[in-house]
Amino acid sequence: MDITQLGLYDQAILMFAAVVLFTSFAMLAQPRIVPLINLFAWQGALLSVTTALVAYVSKHPHLYFSAGLTLALKAFLIPWMLHRLAVRLNIHHEIEPLRYPSLILLGGAALVVFSYTVLAPVVELSKLTTRNTIAASQAVVLLGMLLMIFRKKAVAQVIGFMSIENGLFFAAVVATYGMPMVVELGVAFDVLVAAVLFGVFFFQMRESIDSLDVDRLNRLREVDEPIAPEAYGRERDT
Amino acid sequence: MIAVYLTLLLPLAGMLVFALIGHWRHAGWINVGLNAVVFAVTVLLAWRVLEDGALLSDDKYFFIDAFNVYLIALTALVGFTTAIFSRPYMSHEVELRNLGRRRLRLYHAMFQGFMFAMFAALTTNNIGILWVAMEGATLATVLLVSLYRTPEAIEAAWKYFILCGVGIAQALFGTVLLYFAAERVIPSADEALFWNVLYQTAGLLEPTVLTLAFVFLLVGYGTKVGLVPLHNWLPDAHSEGPTPMSAILSGLLLNVALYALVRVKMIVDGSLRSELAGYLMMGFGLLSFTVAGLFLHRQRDIKRMFSYSSIEHMGLMTFAFGLGGPLATFAALLHMTVHSLTKSAIFVTVGHAAQIAGTQSIQKIRGLIRTQPAVGWGLLLGTVAIAGFPPFGVFTSEFLVLIATMKSWPWLTVPLLLGLAIAFAGLFRHLHPMVYGEPPAGQQPVRANMLPVTLHLLLVLWLGLAIPHFLADWFRQATILIAGSAPL
Amino acid sequence: MIEAWTFAGVQLLLYVIGAPLLAGWVKRVKCRLQNRASPSVFQPYRDLAKLLRKHTTLAEQASWLFRITPYVVFGTTLVAAAVVPLLALPLPTAAVADVIVLAGFLALGRFFTALAGLDIGTAFGGMGSSREMMIGALAEPALLMTVFTVAMSAGTTNVSEAVGYALNSGLVLRPSFLFAALALMMIAVAETGRVPIDNPATHLELTMVHEAMILEYSGRHLALIEWASSIKFLVYFALIANLFLPWGIATEFTGPALAQSAAAIIAKLAVLAVLLVVWETVMAKMRLFRVPQYLGFAFMLALLGMLTHVVLETGG
Repeated sequence: MDITQLGLYDQAILMFAAVVLFTSFAMLAQPRIVPLINLFAWQGALLSVTTALVAYVSKHPHLYFSAGLTLALKAFLIPWMLHRLAVRLNIHHEIEPLRYPSLILLGGAALVVFSYTVLAPVVELSKLTTRNTIAASQAVVLLGMLLMIFRKKAVAQVIGFMSIENGLFFAAVVATYGMPMVVELGVAFDVLVAAVLFGVFFFQMRESIDSLDVDRLNRLREVDEPIAPEAYGRERDT
Repeated sequence: MIAVYLTLLLPLAGMLVFALIGHWRHAGWINVGLNAVVFAVTVLLAWRVLEDGALLSDDKYFFIDAFNVYLIALTALVGFTTAIFSRPYMSHEVELRNLGRRRLRLYHAMFQGFMFAMFAALTTNNIGILWVAMEGATLATVLLVSLYRTPEAIEAAWKYFILCGVGIAQALFGTVLLYFAAERVIPSADEALFWNVLYQTAGLLEPTVLTLAFVFLLVGYGTKVGLVPLHNWLPDAHSEGPTPMSAILSGLLLNVALYALVRVKMIVDGSLRSELAGYLMMGFGLLSFTVAGLFLHRQRDIKRMFSYSSIEHMGLMTFAFGLGGPLATFAALLHMTVHSLTKSAIFVTVGHAAQIAGTQSIQKIRGLIRTQPAVGWGLLLGTVAIAGFPPFGVFTSEFLVLIATMKSWPWLTVPLLLGLAIAFAGLFRHLHPMVYGEPPAGQQPVRANMLPVTLHLLLVLWLGLAIPHFLADWFRQATILIAGSAPL
Repeated sequence: MIEAWTFAGVQLLLYVIGAPLLAGWVKRVKCRLQNRASPSVFQPYRDLAKLLRKHTTLAEQASWLFRITPYVVFGTTLVAAAVVPLLALPLPTAAVADVIVLAGFLALGRFFTALAGLDIGTAFGGMGSSREMMIGALAEPALLMTVFTVAMSAGTTNVSEAVGYALNSGLVLRPSFLFAALALMMIAVAETGRVPIDNPATHLELTMVHEAMILEYSGRHLALIEWASSIKFLVYFALIANLFLPWGIATEFTGPALAQSAAAIIAKLAVLAVLLVVWETVMAKMRLFRVPQYLGFAFMLALLGMLTHVVLETGG
């Protein structure tokens, strides 16, 4: 639907959706840990505003609840946990050098085009005023994946993971005005547990490899290559 | 219906209880007892469903039919026998590696948590909940993979977490698309994700959207099934976690992921009226089957080797389900059963073998038959069974798959046979020295409980010789449900 | 018709006369913000007058290129200014040259400045020219991308018509316009040589870009170049103000409409200038090799604007 035919609130939804997409791009380009977490929090907050707007426009009151849940979980709780972890692990000043930032950003733009093309038939079928946003939500998912692929820091990968969840939630809101409540609660619960587990993992990782660089996790491989004998098999008694 | 609730509540309660007392000396026994009760309940449930037909709970949240009830029983059985195995094994591990009692608490709680997630995924009628349960299963097992806290274990767990998390996210997107299509034709939004409702209205769902949804769901659940090229996490997670967990991952989690995929395929087939979903599954299945067979040759770690064998067999099942048709579906169901039983038996034996040799390196495991004949014979027979030798059930199911392929896609039998031969060679080339070779000096037998292995292998043998009447009937009902008509 | 052309002429004159005033205003606000005593807003006029009166010194090696450059720069900037509506809309000159030509004229002026910088053969000139061309090479694609984004919504590359389209469609929250506006602001900062890309107030040899190229100019020539760059500054400001906040601009050549339009544009420019000053005050001058990142970000915003236009704003 052309934007000029939409009401002001619908336009605002598109506007916020675009800004959510923008935060995904910004995360791709952000090498510092703490601003990255902040960007993620912003994405959650914007997402919750978008959801609330959708709830208002579509008159689906249960979406207000989803919006509140998102705000609490994605904009406050999880970023707060990540912040605390970053401080406790003393990595909050770390900067991750980005290789080929412009190339990654262009790749992100290509992903937007890709999701637009892939989802064109779905968008065409939809009668909702938010339907144009479906492609943007898929793009958020794919951009999260891109972030996870190109980042070597565990924290950045977790943020990519969570941002994928954001994109999925976004897709559910704009494509179908949210999933049934049980499912949404279940997903939220999974996300919360995942966040806690990630926290546990950071400590385990720090303990065992003395770093949060995922690059350092390179001991397992598809065999047959000569590897140091002590790194192999189960003969590690220490 | 009470049986269903019991199946779910017992593991859930078990998880909570073990979170408190999982480190007790007798926690292993409690675990065995709990799983035994659950198994008894599921057998009862299976009996009921077999007699009275499909069961739908009043609130429509649970749906038991011939297809999932047999998987529920199988899951409970494998859970039960693995628990039997895990008790002495884990206490031995505690002595061997100073695991610490607190870790054992985690282990037991997560074991039950995993069982709960599996049962929830199997019994639920809501494909959204199915997703939640699958993700829950990942979350429950991820800490088990990293139980030993070695760098390798952490790496494997991280890979497992990330890859499965990303993969299954695609499945959620597919579920959203499915809901999107369903919401347009199903008046009540709350019912639009119920599998039985979707199945009935499948013909009305928009084919283009469902095609797209299926692709996402295939990628998502395919990651969990371990389909190539999304399989990378699987060998790592299997080889680095404690062995009982490898057994339940290979024997159960992969099955349930495939179950989810088949459920979705049934809806998609109803809407598309074409073979597209089947072709996709056949393609991925055949690719996994061949690639995993080739990878078998290059392994050095015994658990890695058998996890590649799991990928291979999951590929074969995916292929068979994709092939569709009553015979192939029947074969796939049978294969699911025998593979679960055999593979968990093998992992149990492998666990003992690794404890005997003190390593998982294939090159260092030698002369098992001489050191501890039970373990040696178990490994030998298990491998013979999984490679598809005649008296065992795996032979029957693979034979049926081949026949079904020959009927509809004659030229595909060539890669199938070739793949089987490659996998066979890969397994035996490593197996022979491990079983028969000269044992290193001072190799001692370990406390081993070979009951699960014997039980599983006997069952597989039985299925190979003659499928019992009630089981055949069971498979027949499931086949009618999935493929639309009865085999033979 | 005649009326329109006359008005176009008057508006161009306004650009020429008004530009130093904007430069003076920016300088004044900046001084105030930084707690410094500020010169009068009319100071740029006095500077120009002084320079125009002064004798022009030419370097011995200077060729004809060096001598014509100030006139070329001033001329191209004037043509560019003629295309961008300042006060009223049906601008006949806008039909002659669209927004791509506008970008082209600005590039031409830049090209000549860079040549002149090289012409003398001093180290600073060459350094400034090479830096300027690097910035230009990165900024121009981004500029065109923004322009295309807007043009796709409006369905025209004619600036006057595009402003008219934005005015007629009323308040539409276009995400693409948001991104395009941000990108255009960033580009404008780079193109007009402001902080953090360049600092117009310094002659510190390591950092200067624009000032390095025109270091050898004096008297009348320098006056023309300075004047041209203040016009360019005003052109960018007017473009941003009228394209993204078109309200208030006159659509007919009547007294009240024009008065209202004048008030509106003055208010818009004043606000934009304050924004710029705040931006310049909080930002530190960037190291030169960070500039590609800055402009890459602007390009990204512009690209995102175009993508959101296609993805979010169109469709059956």
